[in-house]
Amino acid sequence: MVAQQLLNGLFLGAVYALFAVGYTLVFGVLDILNLAHAAIFTASAFAAFSLAAAGVPLPLAFLGAAAVGGVLGVLLDRAAFAPLRRRNAGTLVPLISSIGVAIIIGAVLRGIYGVDERHFVTGALDTAQAIHLGPVTFTTVELTIFVAAVALMVGLSWVLRATTLGRRIRAVAQDRIAAALLGVDLERTIAATFFIASSLGGAAGVLTGLEYNSVTLDMGSPIELKGLAIIILGGMGSVTGAVIGGFIIGAVETLAIALGLSEWRDAITFGVMFVILVARPSGLFGKRALRQA
Amino acid sequence: MNALAEFYARHSQLIDQIGINAILALSLSVSLQAGQLALAQAAFMGIAAYVTAILTLTYHWPIVATILVAVIVATLVGAALAYPVRRLRGVFLAIATIGFGEIVRVIANNLGITGGAEGMSGLPQDANTATIYAALAIVALLLFSLSRTKFALAVALVREDEHAAAGVGVDVGTVRTLSLALGGAIAGLAGALYAHSSAFITPTDFGFERMEQILVWCVIGGVTSPLGAVLGAMFLSVLPELIRFLADYREITNGIILLLVIVFAPGGLASLWRRGPVRVRV
Repeated sequence: MVAQQLLNGLFLGAVYALFAVGYTLVFGVLDILNLAHAAIFTASAFAAFSLAAAGVPLPLAFLGAAAVGGVLGVLLDRAAFAPLRRRNAGTLVPLISSIGVAIIIGAVLRGIYGVDERHFVTGALDTAQAIHLGPVTFTTVELTIFVAAVALMVGLSWVLRATTLGRRIRAVAQDRIAAALLGVDLERTIAATFFIASSLGGAAGVLTGLEYNSVTLDMGSPIELKGLAIIILGGMGSVTGAVIGGFIIGAVETLAIALGLSEWRDAITFGVMFVILVARPSGLFGKRALRQA
Repeated sequence: MNALAEFYARHSQLIDQIGINAILALSLSVSLQAGQLALAQAAFMGIAAYVTAILTLTYHWPIVATILVAVIVATLVGAALAYPVRRLRGVFLAIATIGFGEIVRVIANNLGITGGAEGMSGLPQDANTATIYAALAIVALLLFSLSRTKFALAVALVREDEHAAAGVGVDVGTVRTLSLALGGAIAGLAGALYAHSSAFITPTDFGFERMEQILVWCVIGGVTSPLGAVLGAMFLSVLPELIRFLADYREITNGIILLLVIVFAPGGLASLWRRGPVRVRV
């Protein structure tokens, strides 16, 4: 029973972590909260739905939809953040412009897809094989989603650690001006950051849609705020922290459900976040010093 | 005169909403003026609205008494919230207070006394336009008279530089607590009026979406200007009605206008008539 709940938490947490990694990457590099991240999450889920409906095999539809998310992220930066960056507008104003973009994305999705819930048409999702492994049971779909999410996060960590692009992103995150002086092309690095962050957020959207075989206009709203709780828990701007925070929140939620507190799980999640913030504002993996933003 | 009466009859609900929205925007502007990105207004509003609704429906209290008690409760909640978040600034404060709002929403969603997810219905709708705008005027007057006191000076100092403020003897903690309590009081007033002018209230009325709206009004209006906050609330409350003829393209136009205003006037509407360089800091 407990093992099964922990496993469920692991599956849930992987998708949360994937979403939160994109959130925290943008915060780490630009010091802004991107409130359009959940809108891109939803847009990618719809893109995957359309691709699958057009006959594209699911794995390809997944990658294509993640790329759609990435492109939306670059456009988001161009429309909402780049003009304000040039004016040095601080952190609050970009928050509002990202809300504007989120409204636009939501309106476009509603225009194209209407308000009805959509399901992936492939039958493979509903007839997924159940795997029994000792005390726990899971489906091949759940396993695939988990593996895909973990693979993407491992890939991100490799990109950040071992590639030139990763070094540029880390340099810009650490000190934008010094990085520019050393010859890093700021705008291109920021565009690449948005592509990566948003394609990961989009991938999380596709996986969420596949997990429940349901794609809706408001599927992004619960994860939007949970994503905030996760990146706080892990430490703002810390990718490792976001991953671990995602798994912790996933476990907390499934345990709350197991204890019969399903109705209260959001309050528990945010309660945990509140306590962490109050006791240790820098999160589990953030800088020790109190960060001002 | 006839045309005016007809206009009012047709739009009275919107006019009432604008008044309440303006009070909400003023409430957040109190926090923002002290440089505190505390986003708990929707929660304060919701707590006050539920207190009002319970006192009205269950205990049949008169409207003035319910509003008074609701405002006091919201004030106390605001002051109490200031203590746990005293070390948080910027987005950390924002996220902590958003989390507080979510907790309040989930509690309202699950308690029996608040009617759970269905909320509370059968409210008398006894706050008319005159009541709402009188409340707005009182709040505006209060903030205006406060703006000429030493307290306002301390608030501005805390916003610009907390360390400097502490250095010249300003008690930063007290200023933050008072500004949160005052914001709570004003948001509570708006919540009580909301409960008295709607037929029903539900937890989602006071969720993150509402908070996002209030923040957008304030920033579009001009972060540190109370007048800007009111203008932002009015402009963005009327805008969806003005572009109603766009039908299916209304929502997207709304988003595009929001984006354009913020990108071309990051200092907000208030910065358009203020001379000199625009400073946006929070």
